[in-house]
Amino acid sequence: MALSKLSSPSSLSTNILKPLTNSFLLHRPISTDTTPLTIETSVPFTSHQCEAPSRSVETTPKELLSFFRQMATMRRMEIAADSLYKAKLVRGFCHLYDGQEAVAIGMEAGITKKDSIITAYRDHCTFLGRGGTLLEVFSELMGRKDGCSHGKGGSMHFYKKDSGFYGGHGIVGAQIPLGCGLAFAQKYSKDETVTFALYGDGAANQGQLFEALNIAALWDLPAILVCENNHYGMGTAEWRAAKSPSYYKRGDYVPGLKVDGMDALAVKQACKFAKEHALKNGPMILEMDTYRYHGHSMSDPGSTYRTRDEISGVRQERDPIERIRKLILAHDLATEKELKVFIQLVYA
Amino acid sequence: MWGIIRQKVAAGGGSPVARIRPVVSNLRNYSSAVKQMMVREALNSALDEEMSADPKVFLMGEEVGEYQGAYKISKGLLEKYGPERVLDTPITEAGFTGIGVGAAYYGLKPVVEFMTFNFSMQAIDHIINSAAKSNYMSSGQISVPIVFRGPNGAAAGVGAQHSHCYAAWYASVPGLKVLSPYSSEDARGLLKAAIRDPDPVVFLENELLYGESFPVSAEVLDSSFCLPIGKAKIEREGKDVTITAFSKIVGLSLKAAEILAKEGISAEVINLRSIRPLDRSTINASVRKTNRLVTVEEGFPQHGVGAEICASVIEESFGYLDAPVERIAGADVPMPYAANLERMAVPQVLCFLYDSSIDGCYKFLVY
Repeated sequence: MALSKLSSPSSLSTNILKPLTNSFLLHRPISTDTTPLTIETSVPFTSHQCEAPSRSVETTPKELLSFFRQMATMRRMEIAADSLYKAKLVRGFCHLYDGQEAVAIGMEAGITKKDSIITAYRDHCTFLGRGGTLLEVFSELMGRKDGCSHGKGGSMHFYKKDSGFYGGHGIVGAQIPLGCGLAFAQKYSKDETVTFALYGDGAANQGQLFEALNIAALWDLPAILVCENNHYGMGTAEWRAAKSPSYYKRGDYVPGLKVDGMDALAVKQACKFAKEHALKNGPMILEMDTYRYHGHSMSDPGSTYRTRDEISGVRQERDPIERIRKLILAHDLATEKELKVFIQLVYA
Repeated sequence: MWGIIRQKVAAGGGSPVARIRPVVSNLRNYSSAVKQMMVREALNSALDEEMSADPKVFLMGEEVGEYQGAYKISKGLLEKYGPERVLDTPITEAGFTGIGVGAAYYGLKPVVEFMTFNFSMQAIDHIINSAAKSNYMSSGQISVPIVFRGPNGAAAGVGAQHSHCYAAWYASVPGLKVLSPYSSEDARGLLKAAIRDPDPVVFLENELLYGESFPVSAEVLDSSFCLPIGKAKIEREGKDVTITAFSKIVGLSLKAAEILAKEGISAEVINLRSIRPLDRSTINASVRKTNRLVTVEEGFPQHGVGAEICASVIEESFGYLDAPVERIAGADVPMPYAANLERMAVPQVLCFLYDSSIDGCYKFLVY
């Protein structure tokens, strides 16, 4: 497998990476059952200046199992990246997404690869969701030429233009006008596609967001601004940074929707709804209520500005993978034992 | 040395020729002049032709549409191409520049106009971090075929915040191309090249040159006319001293060369055209021929374009220099408002002549 060709100085990294190759070779066959299933989201949507979509989400067993597989892979990938960073095989910045996987996965389920996504520096899982491979992720993190940016970008600069992923940006907030520009180009080219520009609660106060939103609303651009609200902008809690932390309302004249970002099905429903809206009526804001288990980056323990109780509380009550696991078991789509074996393969 | 007129020199040197606007000279090195064209018209025709040739090219900026352009550079384009391709933006540089760069990521070819480059500082993160570096950071996946254009440098009486020259700022960034035209031929050829270029280009025009007319040949008027990026032009050949300049200062340099010629000094004037990439081979070849170099620019002296040219020449042609390189630049002070102070803050033909070229001449005679 290509991964073993990586000549890494330490055996530690090969030990971490080898099992992931196994997971590809020996993975449990995913159910191809596409009988429709309707599941209610955890909470209803809250809307601003628009009608909220229904709480009932159409899905299939195949989709639920694929959510489970992909999110588990993403979770494992981020943990592996953590270990690689501590082993000094990854340098500089490393911002991890574990806890927020449902946003990346749910969004992919609601859109196509012809739609565009642009995000900030917490981009490993978004890249994977867009069709990137683990090899490309780890190679890039370790500065190898098999990386998605051939080692020249690093953790914050993953790109996959052929499936509509435009990065990977290091400057907080810059991706929002860029995303509106992508939407402009989609409209100009009459492609009938949309752009999702993701940003955090920290970036939500950036001036350029409002400048770009103003133009997007004036020119009816098919842009959807998605605030991944994990409640902390680096070490600053949202209530200390924003006079109004109701980010879905901050667009004023632009409609907004507040979504449970730990519920992949809710995210899927919201993104589908937003895409239809944007193609007809112009920009929209989605606020994903989510949480990151790690600190802001690998240099941040993440526990100086929030309690460990809070972190473990979210992990117990709202973990996105756990939610899907429970759904799968509740609907008898797989047995507990099958899922356990599966997870072990991914995690091993 | 920085362009300040010294009283005794001015008094002793006959009628002071100090003026900001270069004299229009339509003699000298141009091929058989068929037509006179203003720089403004040259830019307008270049934009028109490129928009006509490629439907992906569009123009955005403040007042470019219904107002016909703050300096009338985009006159008639809205009427011809419609509001989908000529877009009036709100006064939000960071926002609309980011939108332009995003459109370029997708594959369109935006021309983003800054009313002056002073306002580009509000958007400089997008020019440098979003546009210039993307091709490299993505290892070629994301190319950014965008042009940022507008007037740069000092105008007349507009004060400190509206007179800054950004040539050195942008020219230091890998991933950007920086062009600065002088004549109408430059304006047409370089703007066309910039729009066709797959990389981000910063196109530094000059407000005071917009109304200047230059002769243009039939070749220049042809819609396929294009100038190469990275190639300087020798506006006037000479053998005693090399003068490098760009934009409006080329006119001043040509005027200075005329005066020097009367004194028996033959000056070679190089119109840089391209600040990045800098045409180091043309500059060095010239210095190896003349053995003396004077760099002239309107911008601030420290870390300026002249500093880079000086370093380049010292690196490559040190042995050929008969005298230290002279750097003439704007005064190291925010641009004052009063007309007499403003005159003193930018290079003038007279002090150019007496402060450096005569020095150069003196050194020539001595050595």
